[in-house]
Amino acid sequence: MATGTTSPSTETLNSNSLDPSDPLKQLYPAVNEDDTPLPRSWSPKDKFNFIGLSLNNLRVHYKGVGKSHNHKDAASVRATHPIPAACGIYYFEVRIISKGRDGYFRHSYMGIGLSTQGVNMNKLPGWDKYSYGYHGDDGNAFCSSNPGIPYGPTFTTGDVIGCCVNLIDNTCFYTKNGINLGIAFSDLPVSVMRPNLYPTVGLQTPGEVVEANFGQTPFVFNIEEYMKEWHMKTRMTIERFPVSDRRGEWQQALQRMVSTYLIHHGYCSTAEAFCKATTQPIDEDITSIKHRQRIQKLVLAGRMGEAIELTQQLYPGLLERNPNLLFMLKCRQFVEMVNGSDSEVRGPNSRSPRSQHSSGGTGSSRSSPNLSPAHNLSANASSSAGPHILHYQSQRPGSGSNSPNRAGGKHSRSSTPTSSSSSSHHSQQQHLSDNMHSNEDVKNAANAGSPQSSSDRYAMNGSGSVYIEGEENMDLSDGAVEDGLVTNGNYNPPPPCMNGNSHNLEAGDAEDMDVEGSGKQLCGGNRTAIEKMLQYGRELQSMSQHLRRQFGHSDTNKKAIQDAFSLLAYPDPWNSPVGFQLQSVQREPVCAALNSAILESQGLPKQPPLKLAIAQATQCMKLMAKSGIGACAFASVADYLH
Amino acid sequence: MKMMECDEESPFDIILSPEQDRWLQATTQVKRLVIGSNRQKADAVQHGILPRLLEWLIDESVPQELRTEAAVVLGSLAWGTEENIQHLVNAGAVPVLLRGLSNTSLAHVEACLRCLRTVFMAPNPPVNLIYQDATIIPHLLNIISRTAQTKEAIANILANCCTCLEHQNTLCKTGAISALAPLLTDGTLYKIQMPVLKCFAAMCYQNPDVCAAVASATFNGVSVPQLIGKLQCRDKTSEMQMASAKCLTFLHRGGAISAKDRIIVLETLPTLVRMCKKDRTLDENVEGAETLSYLIQEDQELQKITSVCDHSMKALAEYLTYTDIQQLDSRQTQKKAVNWGNALRTAAFQAFAAIGANDEEIRKKIIAIDNLIESVVAGMNSDDLKVQVAACRCLHSLSRSVQQIRTTFQDHAVWKPLVKLMQSHSDDVLKIASSTMCNLLLDFSPSKEDILECGAIDILTKLCAKEDEPPLRLNGVWGLMNLAFNSEQKVKMEIVEKLGSELLFVLLSERDPEILMRTLGLLRNLLSKKQHIDNIMMTHGTQVLQAIKCILEADYHSADIKEQTLCVVANIADGPQARMSILRNDGVMKQMIACMQAYGQSNLQIASLYGILNFINGEDADSFERFRILREKGVYNLLQKLMHSKNPHVYERAKHALNQFPST
Repeated sequence: MATGTTSPSTETLNSNSLDPSDPLKQLYPAVNEDDTPLPRSWSPKDKFNFIGLSLNNLRVHYKGVGKSHNHKDAASVRATHPIPAACGIYYFEVRIISKGRDGYFRHSYMGIGLSTQGVNMNKLPGWDKYSYGYHGDDGNAFCSSNPGIPYGPTFTTGDVIGCCVNLIDNTCFYTKNGINLGIAFSDLPVSVMRPNLYPTVGLQTPGEVVEANFGQTPFVFNIEEYMKEWHMKTRMTIERFPVSDRRGEWQQALQRMVSTYLIHHGYCSTAEAFCKATTQPIDEDITSIKHRQRIQKLVLAGRMGEAIELTQQLYPGLLERNPNLLFMLKCRQFVEMVNGSDSEVRGPNSRSPRSQHSSGGTGSSRSSPNLSPAHNLSANASSSAGPHILHYQSQRPGSGSNSPNRAGGKHSRSSTPTSSSSSSHHSQQQHLSDNMHSNEDVKNAANAGSPQSSSDRYAMNGSGSVYIEGEENMDLSDGAVEDGLVTNGNYNPPPPCMNGNSHNLEAGDAEDMDVEGSGKQLCGGNRTAIEKMLQYGRELQSMSQHLRRQFGHSDTNKKAIQDAFSLLAYPDPWNSPVGFQLQSVQREPVCAALNSAILESQGLPKQPPLKLAIAQATQCMKLMAKSGIGACAFASVADYLH
Repeated sequence: MKMMECDEESPFDIILSPEQDRWLQATTQVKRLVIGSNRQKADAVQHGILPRLLEWLIDESVPQELRTEAAVVLGSLAWGTEENIQHLVNAGAVPVLLRGLSNTSLAHVEACLRCLRTVFMAPNPPVNLIYQDATIIPHLLNIISRTAQTKEAIANILANCCTCLEHQNTLCKTGAISALAPLLTDGTLYKIQMPVLKCFAAMCYQNPDVCAAVASATFNGVSVPQLIGKLQCRDKTSEMQMASAKCLTFLHRGGAISAKDRIIVLETLPTLVRMCKKDRTLDENVEGAETLSYLIQEDQELQKITSVCDHSMKALAEYLTYTDIQQLDSRQTQKKAVNWGNALRTAAFQAFAAIGANDEEIRKKIIAIDNLIESVVAGMNSDDLKVQVAACRCLHSLSRSVQQIRTTFQDHAVWKPLVKLMQSHSDDVLKIASSTMCNLLLDFSPSKEDILECGAIDILTKLCAKEDEPPLRLNGVWGLMNLAFNSEQKVKMEIVEKLGSELLFVLLSERDPEILMRTLGLLRNLLSKKQHIDNIMMTHGTQVLQAIKCILEADYHSADIKEQTLCVVANIADGPQARMSILRNDGVMKQMIACMQAYGQSNLQIASLYGILNFINGEDADSFERFRILREKGVYNLLQKLMHSKNPHVYERAKHALNQFPST
């Protein structure tokens, strides 16, 4: 939904080095092991000397004499690392390999549990403060105390005892052979800002051997099921969070979030309609929104020169006041020149219809949403979409604007016999028509509304009338019938102009396609253009030097120009290590920066509140992980962003 | 513009009028009129349009559109009150709608199904109508997968139409399992999965054949129990987890899934325990505990696991403290007030009874629950029959503990409410109360005397006379048997007196091996001391010997019963006076001798030798006569033969008996 250009999304938190071959990573996806490593074995250092370790430090055996038959024989070992809070729910299992020589009747003198660092290792877990254990001889639970309280059954050779720490409600329960024995401890100490509980096991008699499974192999108990439940509970807590909204303030705030977002990104008519329906004020006047929209479109089409020009024209002084921004734009312009998208390196042919289109009829630019979010979506999320762009979302990045009027042009074009229309257009049309509710009534109504003559003409052209009708449907559903008709060309006085227009658009697309395609050439393969680019590069260089003299060194600027120039170092920049710059997705941060600067210059917030809220939520999640609040494991901001 | 005219004339009148061309419009108008208004629905029914609508449904000359619209209106009317549904049923709508399912129009079929579903989801649906015509169920299963609508409606109809063994078998044979299995999978809508689960539960309940069929069925290579099991995942709704666990419980009890199976031990059992927790709704608590009791009833290991699983006992103990008694039942659409206090107590008592059925350690834990025994006593004194039964069942389970009978039971005088329950008119209460009483009448029970004083013999002999209730007869005899054990002559005589020769004879002629076994046990306990034996045989000897002869002669009784009977004979043979009555009874003697020669069955040989030894024992006036009869019957020779027996017990006894014989 958000353009998400500056704030890192939660995905960075979740997806860090997600290795499918590591079951622990899959079990605890929210844990960042760079900050908080997971316990993966017993610590050879943090143990009493009666403890011996083997089998990659997973197997523990008692090597003391164990003669005194009292507590002095007890010996414990902790895991290498404490349990990270971002686990949300943590679980490990211990298999009793042997109950030992002196096991009380047939049970064993073992304790399985948790302790903080520094707790005496000459004790079984549970006896001391900040130490918790479940003991095999009596089945008692020891919560920082001795004696314990009756808890579960006793355990002995062959049993598998599991210990689960719930960092959301700070409880702990044990399992025996896959059966949950119920909560043993509540109010575990989870200190703020640092994880502190270590898996711990304690033995007391010779012959006792246990082996831990920290998740490397499947558990006997179905911990994933338990996690699922908490996932759902956490989601419910969020979704059912009580908001007292007696005066409608909450709803108003939400509506405000939506309207400011729409305005920010220049969904002009949508914003207008929404604000009208919800009686929200619009803080910016409509022309200003449209101006920004035009500029953004140019940036996203890669036509930076025109974008800069238009900005200077509409917002005089803005770029002069923000030399770093201007430098950023210019660096991007250089990249687009390499790409062959900038108007400086494109023929005038391509320039005129494009600019005509983008600055064209007010109707079209009002009804068509800004492209940016759509691109962002196709790049980041796989199949999500903003509120109004779903139907028009292009399959191919970089194919310019995807507004309905463009699509209309394509349809009529694609039916021309001489056209070289690609199959992708067809699929797009298919896509469009698929998305449209093929409601006969609406179609008919739309047909009835359009003059007979024009539809005849289209029929002559051989265009599939379904598409045209479909388009009208879309516009109808957008609530802007006239706009749709205008851009469809039904009311346009000279029909050939319509055709020519769309033909050129097609050509423009073809160029864009080349850029993405295999045989891409520098500056579109145009020699003059290459010279222009090199000249431009020199200007950029001098601007960079100028900036440095004036404002001092800037890493950002230096990197920007270096990256841009390094494109020339490769024979095929598109497939070079710096080739990512040429992707159209890279236009988005530039676009967002320019948009923010314009808004700021108008005394408006440079970020929409919605984005701010998302960034805050994301940050909050990180803080929760650091502060030992386990719920963060099951509440991902990303889950709510589609 | 036509609408304006209609305003004057009610659409009901048009429907009833012969104006064909206005019917459709009027029907549509009625449809809009009755949506969401129970009052309008009732009004429509009262106008008598039902027969007309049904008439259209049947009449194939009526335009399809109108017929479908009529079905839609019927569906809408069914959504109203139960009364409306009753009117629909009474008007014969169900067979008409069922016939409508063969219509070629899918919309029409769906409309009919919607109406049928509503009818069958109401209380007391006309289930038999579905089975009246053998083609209906196959047709339903045939069209079930057409659309989401048909799936949902038919699954609901079937789930509510499977109420007895016959229905279960019919559905199973017609292929319901393979038709429903695909609807358990992931992509299916929740509102379809739920009735499908309910349907599987209804089909499997106490039907081993269907259970076996379900357990062996697969869909896309996944077994049906696994598909069902997936729906008890912890991120599913409680309701769905419960429904799934119920299916699996029935499959286990139906013998189709072993108690050791992971899906039962590690999934179903914990799911049901979770349902007993405080964070679930009251009806889930009740249903969870009841289902859990049923799941573990027969398996000791499951009982053990339940006792340690997730503090189940603590959760169940909390049921007993529930005080807000009146609350609406969220399950029912008809908001009926449920006495939750009683429902919870009932469920908890049942669960405790099941958990503690076989393990003394668990029983100790149950008894240790705060106020448990007080709650049980209060439950037995409750006005609610179900609570009485459940409390008594719990007490019964606990009464298998010798320690509890000796201590807690006496401290709390549990015999008092028990005796009171024995006056109940409900056979359910009597069954469990008498079972419990049997345990409390055991020799070591301190309550024995108290119960005896309260007229236990009367109560029990009355049970013995319950002709049509074998379980009660069994408990009656069993109780008397326990009572007679080691008791004084007075008690024995009272038992014999109250029972009377006639009833005793009836009981001894019982074909039910359990009852007969206990009756013989009762006789053995009665005929235990020499003096007592003679006294009893004096009054009832004829009947007793007659019955014994019959039992020994009958070829349908098991060796166990014959052995027991021979033991009775042996007991009688210990009575100084009574022994002669046997020796002189040719029939009985003949059978005894036959048993001595039952070479394959050493227990019969041993039992008869035991009797022979009793004949021989004792130096009194008629000992000579006894030896004479024994010799005359060939016992002496037989004993000599038995000296060759390879069975040491037979040999020992034969040898011992022979040694007693005076040399001639």
